[in-house]
Amino acid sequence: MRTSGPGATGTAPFWLWTAGLILLALAAPYFFYPIFLMKALCMALFACAFNLLVGYVGLLSFGHAAFFGTASYITAHTVKVWGLPTELGILAGVAVAAALGTVFGYLAIRRQGIYFAMVTLAFAQMVFFFCLQVPFTGGEDGIQAVPRGWLFGLIDLNDTLVMYYVVLAVFLFGFGVIVRTIYSPFGQVLTAIRENEPRAISLGYRVDHYKLLAFILSAALSGLAGSTKAIVFQFASLTDVNWTMSGEVVLMTLLGGIGTILGPVVGAFVIVTMENYLAQTGSWVTIIQGVIFVICVLTFRRGIVGVIAPYVTGRQHPPAGPEPARPVPEVAAR
Amino acid sequence: MLDWLHIPMPPAPLLFAQLLVGLINGAFYAMLSLGLAVIFGLLNIINFTHGAQYMLGAFCAWFLLNGLGIGYWPALIIAPVVVGFSGIVIERVFLRQIAGLDHLYGLLLTFGLALIIEGGFRQAYGSSGQPYTIPAELQGAQNLGFMFLPNYRAWVIVASLGVCLATWFVIERTRLGAYLRAATENPVLVQAFGIDVPRMVTLTYGAGVGLAALAGVMAAPIYQVSPLMGTNIIIVVFAVVVIGGMGSILGAIVSGFGLGLIEGLTKVFYPEASNTVIFVIMAIVLLVKPAGLFGRAA
Repeated sequence: MRTSGPGATGTAPFWLWTAGLILLALAAPYFFYPIFLMKALCMALFACAFNLLVGYVGLLSFGHAAFFGTASYITAHTVKVWGLPTELGILAGVAVAAALGTVFGYLAIRRQGIYFAMVTLAFAQMVFFFCLQVPFTGGEDGIQAVPRGWLFGLIDLNDTLVMYYVVLAVFLFGFGVIVRTIYSPFGQVLTAIRENEPRAISLGYRVDHYKLLAFILSAALSGLAGSTKAIVFQFASLTDVNWTMSGEVVLMTLLGGIGTILGPVVGAFVIVTMENYLAQTGSWVTIIQGVIFVICVLTFRRGIVGVIAPYVTGRQHPPAGPEPARPVPEVAAR
Repeated sequence: MLDWLHIPMPPAPLLFAQLLVGLINGAFYAMLSLGLAVIFGLLNIINFTHGAQYMLGAFCAWFLLNGLGIGYWPALIIAPVVVGFSGIVIERVFLRQIAGLDHLYGLLLTFGLALIIEGGFRQAYGSSGQPYTIPAELQGAQNLGFMFLPNYRAWVIVASLGVCLATWFVIERTRLGAYLRAATENPVLVQAFGIDVPRMVTLTYGAGVGLAALAGVMAAPIYQVSPLMGTNIIIVVFAVVVIGGMGSILGAIVSGFGLGLIEGLTKVFYPEASNTVIFVIMAIVLLVKPAGLFGRAA
């Protein structure tokens, strides 16, 4: 099974690329602003988690901010108010995101295609209103001045450089889980569901179980990204649960390449960089995001990595066929 | 009456006032979900731009009044036509290109368009609302004995019901509507009978968008005219559409008004949940009847 997965065949260029990228990531904080890099890494993990669902199961969730934001709030609250150690705070955030993912996933996979997107968006909006009203989130103020603390009581996270490497480790862990999932037999079944759900059912797979498990995994890893973000910025706010965040993660994945492994990472870095430069220009960020959406959908559906990968690796990289990765099979939407 | 629930009965004026607010909200939910359903039927696209187009309708009325001195009544005609025409342009330039692709690309494309429109208006007008005065003919209120009914609100309820029923009539009872329903079922066959389906698709999108703009004009005097008014409502309308199911026109109307009323009632009995009650109902409907109350099975 392993050899059939593209990219996992262990060819020299692949390992060369991997080693090069990791070296680049290790050296990056000496050349770039570490806070920026940490934000990009958190968003990249978030986008990868999202991509697991849209790219490999064909479920477009428009409400992933719910998991990202809730985990961010839970971590901020448990660390700041309950005084939990940082690692347990992050764990709590992930656990709550996974629990939320179980509930929303169970309900949302009852509908497909467009309805699935609308259902997840609506649930995320419900979470947004919930966070706006419950006292522990601090309403419009959010939870501020969250202490970064010590990791395992040993590593001082207040040092920016240390924090960066911890975030990098978290990202690589999450990324590793996703890659492992995609190339596991479980991941192959997910791809089969994306390509032809009725056929997967007729082959005897309990499709709903697979979808739900993928949804929970995606939610948990989105939560991991949100929790880590809360520790890095020492801050959890309504922005994290807002629908704009859900839209942003869709944009990153679409721009980088839906259904490609590195696409969401590339997309996240591009979008975060853009937001960094345009932060002062008010609503132009929104306008440009909209323009990128339109351009991507009309002319660039494979995304950056989807277009580049075949040249770099000398083969069709994503497991999708000649047609750009389709989020959902045709049977789905009505 | 509600003693058995151990909930204190709220004072009648509060109850009726919130029911009225609910009915007004429901009128807008119904008009917007109706447009979404019509567009979805023929184009197989969930029009995420719908909220932005509703906002455009309100802004168009505001421009007409403050820029050109054209009042509310002409705006009721002009704004939907102008915004509907912009919808026709959007369909021709953008949506047509992705007609054969997966439905989700339509969602993403219209989401991008919504971001552009809303971002542009926010850049130009900020997030705060612009007031739009109620037309002179509809100012004042009627004393119904148990409550005061503002004339404008009564007008909105009556007019939106009229618009909804007219739309239902056109689609279910006229020759044009028959073509439309036929093209929803099987566009290729309808085209073979000599009907210009692509033009019908364009005009349908324009009409659906015009309906959103009409709702926007009617909303302008009630809510403030603000760039964010569309996004706030469209997500709720999505939930309404999921609850009602997009199979039937009448279903969209009934669930729109009904959910507005339920939202209003929640404001009286348990205000904390008033923002979320529609989403909770959506969850329950998904559990009990996944295809939606009026929808056909997926």
